[in-house]
Amino acid sequence: MLAKRIIPCLDVTDGRVVKGVNFVDLVDAGDPVECAIAYNEQQADELVFLDITASSDDRATMVDVVRRTAEHCFIPLTVGGGIRSVENMREMLLAGADKVGVNTSAVKEPSLVDAGAKAFGSQCIVVAIDAKREGPGKWGVYTHGGRTPVGLDALEWAKEVWNRGAGEILLTSMDSDGTQAGYDCELTAAISEAVGIPVIASGGAGNLDHMVEVMEKGKADAVLAASIFHFGTHTVGEAKAYFSERGIPVRPVL
Amino acid sequence: MKAGIIDYGAGNLRSVANAVHSLGIEPRIVTRGEDFADLTHLILPGVGSFGDSMEELQARSLVDPIREWIAQDRPFFGICVGYQLLFERGEESPGIDGLGIFKGSVGTFPDDGRKIPHMGWNAAQLTEPSDPLWAGIGESPFFYFVHSFFPAPIDKEVIAAETEYEGVRFASAIRRGNLVATQFHPEKSQQAGLRLLKNFLT
Repeated sequence: MLAKRIIPCLDVTDGRVVKGVNFVDLVDAGDPVECAIAYNEQQADELVFLDITASSDDRATMVDVVRRTAEHCFIPLTVGGGIRSVENMREMLLAGADKVGVNTSAVKEPSLVDAGAKAFGSQCIVVAIDAKREGPGKWGVYTHGGRTPVGLDALEWAKEVWNRGAGEILLTSMDSDGTQAGYDCELTAAISEAVGIPVIASGGAGNLDHMVEVMEKGKADAVLAASIFHFGTHTVGEAKAYFSERGIPVRPVL
Repeated sequence: MKAGIIDYGAGNLRSVANAVHSLGIEPRIVTRGEDFADLTHLILPGVGSFGDSMEELQARSLVDPIREWIAQDRPFFGICVGYQLLFERGEESPGIDGLGIFKGSVGTFPDDGRKIPHMGWNAAQLTEPSDPLWAGIGESPFFYFVHSFFPAPIDKEVIAAETEYEGVRFASAIRRGNLVATQFHPEKSQQAGLRLLKNFLT
C-alpha cells in the first residue's frame, strides 16, 4: 500500500536555513546541507528546500546546496523559490533535485507548467499554491507570502495546473500557516478531490494529530512541516510511529 | 569491478551516479557502445517517456550494444524507464518498439479514480526473499516510486517483486540471470535502495 509521506521543509535564504534548526547534534544548524542530512538520517520521506528570497544570486547558491545535498541524501529532493524558466528548472534538476516547485512564476505565466512537464516529465513539476479563504467553500490564490490576491479561484487553478501537466500540488493554507493550530482540512480535501495528482498539505502543523487529521479528513497524500520538526518537538520517526498506531500507512523507519 | 551508467540524456543520471559513488564505487558515465567493453556492470537509468528514451538510444547507436550485453548475460540493472524499455512496446508511445528483451507491453493503471502518477514509497512483495539480490533488505521493503506506466511481463517466472497500488498489482522488479530491473528508483530509496544497488554491484 502506498505510504503517506512526511516531508520536512527547509526555508533558505542566502544559502542559510532561516530561523535555524534546533537539533542538538548539528554543528551548524544554519547550514541547509547539514540540516538535510539530519532529516535524511531521521528517514524523512522527501525533502523540500524553499528559497524564500529567490534572487538570481541566491539561485546560484542554491544550486550548490542542492548539489552537495544530493551527494549525501538518497531521498527525493524538491527545490522551489525563484524558478522562473525551463532553464532554471534544468539547472536545479542537473544539480541533483528530483522536482522543482513553481508558484508565482506559474501564476504569471501558466505555460511554464506545460513547458516544464514537456521537457522533464510531469513527475518533476510541483506547483505550489498559496490559498486563502474568501468565503464558505471558496479560496483565492495569493502570491508574495499571502499578501497579493491574484484573482484566481484555488480549485480552478489547481485543476488548471493538473491539466497543464503538473505532477503534484503543494498546497499551503495562508490562514493556517504559522498558527500551529492545524491544517485547513476543508481546503485540502476540496483540492485533493478536484485533481488526479497527489496533494501535499502545508501550513499549520502544531502537533501530530494535526497531521493525522489532514491525511484522513483532508485526504492529503503527504504532509509538509517545518517548525514541528525543526525545533525538535518531534522527530520524523516519532511522527511515523504515531501515524502507524492510528492506521495510517507509512514507510517504516529502519 | 567497473560499473558504467549509460548517459542517453536521461535526467537523473547524477542521482544514480551519486548513489553508486556513496557505495565506494566510482561509476563511469558511458555514452557509446564501444565504452562497454571494459565494464563489468551496466546500469540503464531512466526518467521521461518510453518513446523519447527509445529514440535517444537509437540516435546514439546504443540499442545493439545493450542487446548484446544482455544476450551475454552480463550484469545489467534497468531503472524505471530503463526497466520499461526492456519490453516489446509501450502504450505511452504507440508505434515505437522497445528493446524487446522480454515479451510483454508497458501499460498504465485503469482510469478509475486513483491518482496518477503513482508517487511515493510503496512496499515490494519479494518472490524469493532469500535471493542474495535482496540480502539485508527485509521481506517487504519500501522503495520510492514515481511513474504512470509499468510493464506486464508475459513470462511470470521473471517477476522478482510485486507492488500493489489501490487494487492494481504489478511487477515492480524482474530478474533473469544477471539482469535486474525495477520500476522503483533504488537511487532514491535510501537504505533499501542503496543496499539493492550494492548487492547488484558486488
